[in-house]
Amino acid sequence: MAAVLEASGISKRFGGIMAVDGVSFEVREGEILGIIGPNGCGKSTLFNCILGQLQPSEGEVRLDGRVTTGMRPCDLNRLGVSRTFQLLQIFPKLSVRENLILAAQEHKGTMMSRLLGPRDAGLSVAADQMIAFFKLGSLADELAGGLSYGQQKLLDAAMAFMAGPRLVLLDEPAGGVNLTMLASLKDRLKAFHEERGATFVVIEHNMDFVMSLCTRVLVLAEGKVLAEGLPAEVRADPTVIEAYLGH
Amino acid sequence: MNARLTYVSAAIALALLVLAPLEFHRYGLYILTQWAVMTIAAIGLNLTLGYAGQVSLAQGAFVGIGAYCAAILTTHGWPLFAAGALALVLCFIIGWLLGYPALRVQHHYLAFVTLAFSTLAFLVFRNESWLTNGTEGIDGVPRPSLLGLSTTPHLRYYYLCLFMLALVTLAMLGLVRSPWGRAFIALRENPLRALSLGVDTRRYILMAFAIGSALGGLAGVLYAPLVGLVEPPAFTLTLSLNLLMMVIVGGSGYFLGPFLGALVAVLLPEWLRGLENYYLIFYTMLVMGLLIYSPTGLIGIADRLLVNRRTRAASAARAAIGATIEGP
Amino acid sequence: MANFVALLIAGLATGALYALAAVGFTLLWQTSQTINFAQGEFVMLPAFFMLAAMHAGLPFWAAILVGMALSMAILGFAFKRLLVDPMLQHGVLPLAIATMALSTFLKESVKTFYSAEASPFPSIAPDRDIHLLGVSVSWQNIAVLGVAIITVVSLQFLLNRTRTGRQMQAAAQNPTVARILGVPVERMILYTFLINGALVALTSLLISPIYLAKFSNGDTLGLAAFIAAIVGGFNQIRGAIVGGLLLGIVDNLSAAYVSTQYRGAVPLCLLVVIILFKPNGLLGRAEERTV
Repeated sequence: MAAVLEASGISKRFGGIMAVDGVSFEVREGEILGIIGPNGCGKSTLFNCILGQLQPSEGEVRLDGRVTTGMRPCDLNRLGVSRTFQLLQIFPKLSVRENLILAAQEHKGTMMSRLLGPRDAGLSVAADQMIAFFKLGSLADELAGGLSYGQQKLLDAAMAFMAGPRLVLLDEPAGGVNLTMLASLKDRLKAFHEERGATFVVIEHNMDFVMSLCTRVLVLAEGKVLAEGLPAEVRADPTVIEAYLGH
Repeated sequence: MNARLTYVSAAIALALLVLAPLEFHRYGLYILTQWAVMTIAAIGLNLTLGYAGQVSLAQGAFVGIGAYCAAILTTHGWPLFAAGALALVLCFIIGWLLGYPALRVQHHYLAFVTLAFSTLAFLVFRNESWLTNGTEGIDGVPRPSLLGLSTTPHLRYYYLCLFMLALVTLAMLGLVRSPWGRAFIALRENPLRALSLGVDTRRYILMAFAIGSALGGLAGVLYAPLVGLVEPPAFTLTLSLNLLMMVIVGGSGYFLGPFLGALVAVLLPEWLRGLENYYLIFYTMLVMGLLIYSPTGLIGIADRLLVNRRTRAASAARAAIGATIEGP
Repeated sequence: MANFVALLIAGLATGALYALAAVGFTLLWQTSQTINFAQGEFVMLPAFFMLAAMHAGLPFWAAILVGMALSMAILGFAFKRLLVDPMLQHGVLPLAIATMALSTFLKESVKTFYSAEASPFPSIAPDRDIHLLGVSVSWQNIAVLGVAIITVVSLQFLLNRTRTGRQMQAAAQNPTVARILGVPVERMILYTFLINGALVALTSLLISPIYLAKFSNGDTLGLAAFIAAIVGGFNQIRGAIVGGLLLGIVDNLSAAYVSTQYRGAVPLCLLVVIILFKPNGLLGRAEERTV
């Protein structure tokens, strides 16, 4: 199976602290890779290094074989990589539909064509389809700031999917969401995965979420890769259980 | 605000701006024209500062560049229109070149780079006498003729400036309502998220800066025939600071901010005539106080009041609906 | 050659003054994200405090102390409490703009309430030259360099060798962690404002005899402080010192070798060159990726 993303020897140093220490892994086409690990083990930092929010101190990232280490997030996004953030980051002053149009408009045409073209950059239909897909239908014109937390989480995921990306990285999508919404979120992620064949990487704490959704799991601890394999294998791995003692 | 109310208000405002000056004396017309010209520069700066979040201390210098373009070309027989076109292109390019290195480092560097540029521009205006006539300046800048009609009479020149202001307003409206407007909102609200959605924040910021500078140049082109004399002391850092105050006081990032801010800046010295030297002290105190209380300026205050009323109305409506549902 | 050395020393003296102003500027940025566009006016003002005190009958040395105290109280404490504290919640930008308004406010206030004319200011050094190794150096320059060196060394000592100083550094580098460790962060920030108040007063004292006390002094001094801070590297005290000295030397040399008309342009060009080729300054560390 082809590797969509390859990370080799990623390290990130903050002053004297090694947040990420020589992490290497690959993401295969069409899979849902889960990344788990105790708090503070470097998961989000790793994401940020791969996605350009941070410059890795060492290591290399390749997307479809092409070196993308240190590329700006907007350039990566245009290559087909999108992400959600741990701390919800939707645009509260824009409507739900506007948020979604924003999420995809930079992929349409050039800057000039966007200036002179239609107000919605031709994306209203696609936005409404996405709204329907995420079952947010009645909220299309609501300001995003007025939605419930769970609904905002769905919107956040929807925004990540809008531009039809190749690779989606989700940073703790289940954080702080109630059970009903969680089921809804999982259901939508699975549906998107099946219909569009996108590749996912998911950072999560919620074990059930990870185990029921992911096809493969990577375990990080203290900035290093601890274990890797099928969900059931990893769950039974003694070193993993030890690292997670109490979780 | 609903659309019809906006259109009606705009129509009324436009009518006032067109009809009221018919009764004005020469000085009143001068003040009003000055307001129109400064608003154009402020609209440009509002794009740079309010929409893209970049502090530019060079807007005064761009006004100067525009003014000198107009003065040099028209005193050599070229039409003002040519000067306008040149100023727009020149200021756009210089703006882009100025912003490019500064944006590759931290954000606030642009403020310093523009500060340095402002000072440099002044030095060039003052020293390059072969071009700018140095400290004497260029006098007798003529007002243009349009379709055979001379705009030397003050009322006619005012209408020309008002027309240009209307054009700029419409163009800016188009820009802000286009996908660019959405990108600017994203850029302002949450640049990190915007980046991850593919918004090339650097390019948008540069665009805002370049367009804003071009508008400053356009304002300068209109300024030169208004005053008639173009000299270096008019285009120092002080002008840049004044324009900045205009945008801030009006409400940075609000569409109508520049209009209000320029009005306050042009009218205040008139009202405080009696206070002579104290007017600037008073004005800067006002700016500091306003910034502490409402960094979003005068329109920001109005907006907050409106939002409060809307939110309270909405909750009241929801409560009313709830009451009826829970009724017997 | 002797001329060149004299110029160099004069340049170092001027540079030392720029450095002092730049250090205060950098300190404020480091500890509280305050970009003080009024730093030039902060350097201009204390001289007028001292002049007013002398008009009221105080001897020079007492006027200096009064000026210093007023400077620390008004430009340090009051500045922080009245302007910075209420504004920091709104972000870096509004505060920066407020300091721009403040700069005009201070400038106009001095112009209106004191004088629009330049006032002579007494020097702490005798108005003579001494001859060292064939070079003629003014006592003025020696005094400036002396005071500046003592100030910087004391400041470094304070920051690196005392408990308070180390707490100040911790508060600057990571306020959240510092708070958890029990560092009184708010008080540390106040100290930096007070230190800046003292630094600008010292700079004012040293620079006013040369340029005369005038309301418009802030323009050039402010610009010099910014350029020095950026050229040296915005994040380091050491950078501000190096930047200031370099700027002073460049400034004085260009006064001698470049046309007077464009003399002011040389520091500006230096700024542009640095931003193009070494954007984090000569000594600056690379910051994390910016937007």
